[in-house]
Amino acid sequence: MAAGSTYSTIATNTVSGTSTNSVSFTSIPSTYTDLVLIVNSQKTTSGVVNIYLQFNGDSGTNYSATRVYGTGSIASSFRQTSTIWGIAGNQTDSPSSTIFHIMNYKNTTTYKNFLSRYDCAGESTSAGVALWQNTNAINRVDCLLSASNFFSAGSTLTLYGIAAA
Amino acid sequence: MSPILGIWASQNYPRITNSYESIQTVTVGGGGSASISFTSIPNTYKHLQIRLLAQTNRAASVDSLQLNFNSDTGSNYSWHTVQGDGSSASALGFATQTYARIGDGTIGGATASGGYFGVGVIDILDYASTNKNKTIRGLTGVDANGSGRVGLGSGLWQNSSTAITSISIAPQAGTLFLQYSSFGLYGIKG
Repeated sequence: MAAGSTYSTIATNTVSGTSTNSVSFTSIPSTYTDLVLIVNSQKTTSGVVNIYLQFNGDSGTNYSATRVYGTGSIASSFRQTSTIWGIAGNQTDSPSSTIFHIMNYKNTTTYKNFLSRYDCAGESTSAGVALWQNTNAINRVDCLLSASNFFSAGSTLTLYGIAAA
Repeated sequence: MSPILGIWASQNYPRITNSYESIQTVTVGGGGSASISFTSIPNTYKHLQIRLLAQTNRAASVDSLQLNFNSDTGSNYSWHTVQGDGSSASALGFATQTYARIGDGTIGGATASGGYFGVGVIDILDYASTNKNKTIRGLTGVDANGSGRVGLGSGLWQNSSTAITSISIAPQAGTLFLQYSSFGLYGIKG
């Protein structure tokens, strides 16, 4: 039966200034089963770019993603393979929320598939799944915007841990 | 700053909400498993959430999940899904089914070898109600670097009078969940 309360805050980062392109969560403890990252953000300039994750500092072409999205006029899907981006959603100068679910992040048997839900009332809504082709346990998560784009001040990124019974 | 506030502010992490509890976890061992079950689910929560990592033995890159509640295999279920396969979005749904299909084509199949397990989050809302039909929703997906699918799903169990006390999950097309598949059941207090 129940093993007790879980869904604990591991760390929160609030962006200050206008020159933050990436936010890092390092030394993630191995005491949980899943990670959830909730990003409430916008960027400093107009235009749509990607918001994405990298793990353990790996910026190689070891990521891929599949997404389905709706813009208000169309619904579609796209895929990216062998990229440096674990793409989760878009980022514009309108406020948006993105929730990542990283399952069994410390297992050393499977590649890491992770889920995302992105919502921006001013742009689009989407669901995504992305892959990191690596069997190492995840101990660091970087959340990034495409190059030369920056989070607006006040953007918040909070990492939670969920421990299974 | 008051000393008490200073102490409060310094006690940042980890914080625990006390509203989200792990109930049970099933991990599939060597040889696989035809289905997994959560039984004797207490009625002390408001909602349930299943968090999963799964691959089946279906001879294809993807498979689906079928859910049954309280061992009911009658035609009392319906479900809908919207999904993307990397090139287009599509939707489908069925009524009067013998199970609720969640994660249609979004769980890893056997030919997605190399460790491409699908992942998912399934919410079962107001599961202990004895006056409402039971609704569920899911976000599931698998990406295999060139193939895969992601989807949003909903399901209905037409039983308004009985609280959910057990959940069975099986592959929809395959016959086994493969080793290392893992299913965690969590309770959310109301």
